Amino acid sequence: MHRFANPSRFLRLGQAVLPWSAGLTVLLLAIGVPWALLVAPPDYQQGESVRIMYVHVPAAWMAMFVYTTVAAASASALIWRHPLGDLIARAASPVGAWFTVLTLVTGSLWGKPMWGAWWVWDARLTSVLVLLFLYLGHIALANAFEDAGRGEKAAAVLALVGFVNVPIIKWSVDWWNTLHQPASVARLGGPSIHPAMLWPLLVMGLAFTAFFVTLLLMRVRSEFLGRKLRALRLTQAAQGMAEAPAGAEVS
Amino acid sequence: MRALLGIVRRDLLLAIRQGSDSVAILFFFVVAATLFPFGVGPEPNVLARIAAGIVWVTALLAAMLSLDRLFQADYEDGSLEALALAPTPLGLTVLAKGLAHWLTTGLPLIAASPVLAVMLNMEAAGLGLLVAAMALGTPSLSLIGAIGAALTLGARRGGVLISLLVLPLYIPVLIFGVGAVDAALTGLSPRPHLMILGALLLLSLALAPVAAAAALRQALE
Repeated sequence: MHRFANPSRFLRLGQAVLPWSAGLTVLLLAIGVPWALLVAPPDYQQGESVRIMYVHVPAAWMAMFVYTTVAAASASALIWRHPLGDLIARAASPVGAWFTVLTLVTGSLWGKPMWGAWWVWDARLTSVLVLLFLYLGHIALANAFEDAGRGEKAAAVLALVGFVNVPIIKWSVDWWNTLHQPASVARLGGPSIHPAMLWPLLVMGLAFTAFFVTLLLMRVRSEFLGRKLRALRLTQAAQGMAEAPAGAEVS
Repeated sequence: MRALLGIVRRDLLLAIRQGSDSVAILFFFVVAATLFPFGVGPEPNVLARIAAGIVWVTALLAAMLSLDRLFQADYEDGSLEALALAPTPLGLTVLAKGLAHWLTTGLPLIAASPVLAVMLNMEAAGLGLLVAAMALGTPSLSLIGAIGAALTLGARRGGVLISLLVLPLYIPVLIFGVGAVDAALTGLSPRPHLMILGALLLLSLALAPVAAAAALRQALE
């Protein structure tokens, strides 16, 4: 793992992986979207609105997966001082926040016909809302300091503290018996969902994951290049100052 | 141990000599809680139903408002650096400062809460539990708040930022704090809620000093 903590090696590897992950995203979406929206059977109770699940559930998986990625990257940045960890955490956090927004919005659209309400203060919904707040806090904290490095370190500590929320989200439906339905895919005793719905769901889940990997690689790269640019400008400015003749007027 | 007591003593002395801060926080608590009868109307039944929530939410906000003085002054005058260099582990120093913070803000809030609850028409059965739940919950607020205070040291717009960081982490304390009082008022056992509040306190006792110390080290680098 430490081998790949070198940013330039990671970027080279990332450039090699990027076309594949982007291609995989397109391929999986091309299979998954028609399968989920057209081929998969409507639910016997929910009818056609069950198709919201194929966006909602993968988005929720990604919201938690991305937070876990941010926390793991933050841990590696704090423990081994890998600069790459900070880069990944900073690049991944807004993506995770948008996945969380997507989860909440699609959940809300699904909740209206099924529960008769856009929003209920159920344990699962509330803990996902807290996840969104944690993402927003993470992004705000990382940008709150003059010194970018200090912001990233502070954000890393916050990411680790906030990780307590991830298991709470996962098991909230088991601990509190509320409106949101309990787990039906990743549970002991195997999935309780019918294979005709499970397979397109898994394909969509993989598509979302590949999309995240693609986006992350692109964002890490642009973050890295942006940083290089800043450093270059700073050295240029410093050189300009040094080259200016001693008695020159500074207006 | 003596060093820790020394820190607690120093912070308490500072708080007493400056005086006005603790009183201002308490005043905020009372004023914010009295806004609710104007906001939702003075109907006794409505107020009695939401009294526990009002007291807890305003206590949460009051505790949050007082966080900036936890490390800020020490950070600005450099004594935080001296504390970090001292042989006492920084985590224990955080614990001592958290204790002092709780003694100067948490205790006054606990003392004022039954009075506010009576003003909001809470039934007598809930009052004792409100105090017990606040006693278990407010130390967690100080400890979790210490993480937020340490993370935002030296940040731009630290005050707004700290609310964004700390309030989501306060939610569990709020849920079970209100839950305990509501359980007592509806005739259920408040024990599970109090036990979870105790568990949250133990968890924050164990983890918050470590996290806050890590954040302080970043701030002092």
